[in-house]
Amino acid sequence: MHIAVEHLTKRFGSVCANDRLTVSFAAGQIHGVLGENGAGKSTLMKLLSGYIQPDEGRIVFNDMPRRLRGPGDALAAGVGMVQQEPLDIPAFTVLENLLCAAPPGIFRSRRAAQTALLELAGRLGFPVDPAARLDQLTIGQRQQVEIMRLLLCGAQVLILDEPTTGITAAQARALFAALRQIAAEGRTVLFVSHKLEEVAELCHTVTVLRNGQVVPPGQLPMPQPQEYLLVLMFGESGAAPPIYRPLPAIDAPPVWELRNITVRSGALHLVELNHRFPAGRIIGLAGLDGSGQQVLLRLLAGQQAPDRGQVLVNGRDLTGAGALAFRQAGVEYLPADRLHDGMIGALSLADHFALLQRDGLLVDRRRAEELARQAIADYQIKATPVTPIASLSGGNQQRAMLALIPPTACGILAEQPTRGLDVASARAIWSRLQARRDDGCCIIFSSPDLDEIMEYSDEVIVCFAGRIGPPIPRALLSASRLAELIGGVGFDALVNVAR
Amino acid sequence: MDQLWIDLAAVLAAAAPLVIAAMGETLSERAGVINLSLDGTMLLAAMTGFAVALTTGNLLLGFAAAALVGAAIAAVLGLFSLTLGQSQTAVGFVLALLCTDLSSFLGAPFVRVPGPAVPFTPIPALADVPVLGTLFFRHDPVIYASFLIIPATAYLLYGTRLGLIVRALGERPAAVYARGIDVIRWRYAMLITGGALVGIAGAAFSLDLKQGWSYRHTFGAGWIVLAIVIFGGWRPWRVALGCYLFAVLEIVATRSQSALPNFPTQIIQVAPFVLMIFVLALVNLASSPAAMRRAATLPQIWQRPLLGAINRLRATAPAALGQPFERP
Repeated sequence: MHIAVEHLTKRFGSVCANDRLTVSFAAGQIHGVLGENGAGKSTLMKLLSGYIQPDEGRIVFNDMPRRLRGPGDALAAGVGMVQQEPLDIPAFTVLENLLCAAPPGIFRSRRAAQTALLELAGRLGFPVDPAARLDQLTIGQRQQVEIMRLLLCGAQVLILDEPTTGITAAQARALFAALRQIAAEGRTVLFVSHKLEEVAELCHTVTVLRNGQVVPPGQLPMPQPQEYLLVLMFGESGAAPPIYRPLPAIDAPPVWELRNITVRSGALHLVELNHRFPAGRIIGLAGLDGSGQQVLLRLLAGQQAPDRGQVLVNGRDLTGAGALAFRQAGVEYLPADRLHDGMIGALSLADHFALLQRDGLLVDRRRAEELARQAIADYQIKATPVTPIASLSGGNQQRAMLALIPPTACGILAEQPTRGLDVASARAIWSRLQARRDDGCCIIFSSPDLDEIMEYSDEVIVCFAGRIGPPIPRALLSASRLAELIGGVGFDALVNVAR
Repeated sequence: MDQLWIDLAAVLAAAAPLVIAAMGETLSERAGVINLSLDGTMLLAAMTGFAVALTTGNLLLGFAAAALVGAAIAAVLGLFSLTLGQSQTAVGFVLALLCTDLSSFLGAPFVRVPGPAVPFTPIPALADVPVLGTLFFRHDPVIYASFLIIPATAYLLYGTRLGLIVRALGERPAAVYARGIDVIRWRYAMLITGGALVGIAGAAFSLDLKQGWSYRHTFGAGWIVLAIVIFGGWRPWRVALGCYLFAVLEIVATRSQSALPNFPTQIIQVAPFVLMIFVLALVNLASSPAAMRRAATLPQIWQRPLLGAINRLRATAPAALGQPFERP
């Protein structure tokens, strides 16, 4: 289906999120939509899929103007949107989720639905178990289920909002192959992303949004030079790469030391962990979703006690001492889910600093606000000391979380530190983390994004099926070798050599 | 032995209003709306049903009026919570108190007036089957209805597409909205259907199992139903089992009253409530994550059956229960 928007305008208060957009997307192709956070990508996609209604302008499907009053209207007209976190029902099985509120007459019976699902799954190369419960699946698998549900419900246009956030490299490859297949069958795919490499690899055309407008007006055919796209997205100043520094001394004292650790978490069983994590190092944890990275991070943060063995922080045995003792020893943990586990959405930055005050009965408001103002200036957070954290953007939340780390911290554990952030925000976060590293912190982070691991790690540790490999200096590692190790190719040999 | 079957039949009968109300509440909570006005609704519906049946001489009209009262109170709850976005619990609680007092006030002329009752209707042929006949086929229509409503609710929730939508409304309304369903309208529908059932349950007291009308006629049955629905894990068969368990406790209490004449009656009246909550809490404690962790430390041979049992006992609330829906 050919879709077009003409002079589409949407305002939120005084902000013009989409400013007289005119662009069209041809059928049978994959169209990239690029832009930094807040450029208006999400607004455009929500307008196209009926979640919000335009103030001015019109949406045209196959030369027919359409008024979409809700996402149900859009799906009936053939437009389906895959949200960053798939809008499915976690308590349902894959099959129940497919049948729930499906358009009438599409599936005659449970069995017919199952047959159709398995047939489509085979065509797209997605492994699927119709009886599996969605809350037992990874985000990547739920995304595959959602794509298939929308296609089976008659979607001719598929919109994917940042689809590679939070999924593994292997799942991203499977997704790309499936999207090519979907486009080859004559459907339209809109691929919204801020990752240039992905757009370059996948898309036939690209539309760049900046400040709610298409720059330059209309679509560009791919490929385009990366530098040019960066300038389009961020303006002239945005595209400076970070500067590297040489590795600090190798014989730095260890911040963490693991001795003969055995720990079990769910189906994962980590045995015989013996590791030293030296100060002044950024260590990247690579691996498929749930290969043991999170267990390791939680172990080092004191949030999970080992079944056997010892955890030492700065030479002190803190085995089983609890997360508070780890924090007092200088260990900070930045969870992936910032708003759920990391910060308290309803409280402001000043409140968070007030929470850290330990002395006396009363809150020292003035001091807390002073610290918050200082942090806002230092970390360039777009907020006031009293803005609730929940109303900040993802990048600003992450900066706020970094700002809350006391200067005395010696170890920082970051789970997917740039999840959902645009390139500029991610670079800002990393330059802060690198500054911490240069001050002598040991930083351990996990990321599903191999490029991020390759770009920022001093050492890389590969996790494979609950086994933790030895640290490999970044200089000795290539991207293709890392991808192999994550898939388990040559992993045994690596572990044996280390022994 | 025969006495045992007769006692069990009495349990099945005594639980009928609880079962009907519990199924109504299960339906609306599965759709994500807590109808906390349950006890008040039952009282007001019991009074109205009795009054209408008494003045018109028509039992069916009495039940219809009770259902209407239940539906109307549910609609008021819907207006405040679903349309105007107020807290379901706060509005429900106020309605519970309001309806309780309203039933006493409006029902004053009908206190202890003899009135019509649902007639005993054994089912021919089937009633003479040994044991089964005594248990299931020597009752009246209200009790037969309570038997049928359990499989009907279970089938609706787990066997039909409508049931998928209802359950999804309670789990993730945003996903249902994305599929083109009007969340608010469907939540109203389930809330009002559930409310009508609760109303009928009220009339089942005043026109059948505890015939007549008096101050606080249902004696807190609505509150225990709310607890049973929660501890029953919002699953029809388990919820029904909870209702029958409560009826057993009540009958044991009444029996012990005649066996122990010197024992204070107040304690005996309240005992089933306390025991019920105790049993329900024990069941839930056994299936808590803490119990699971403890089980995981046991030797392998014990682990498997124990964890299996815990998993079966586990009851998770509908994820969006009690939460307002806002269009994304």
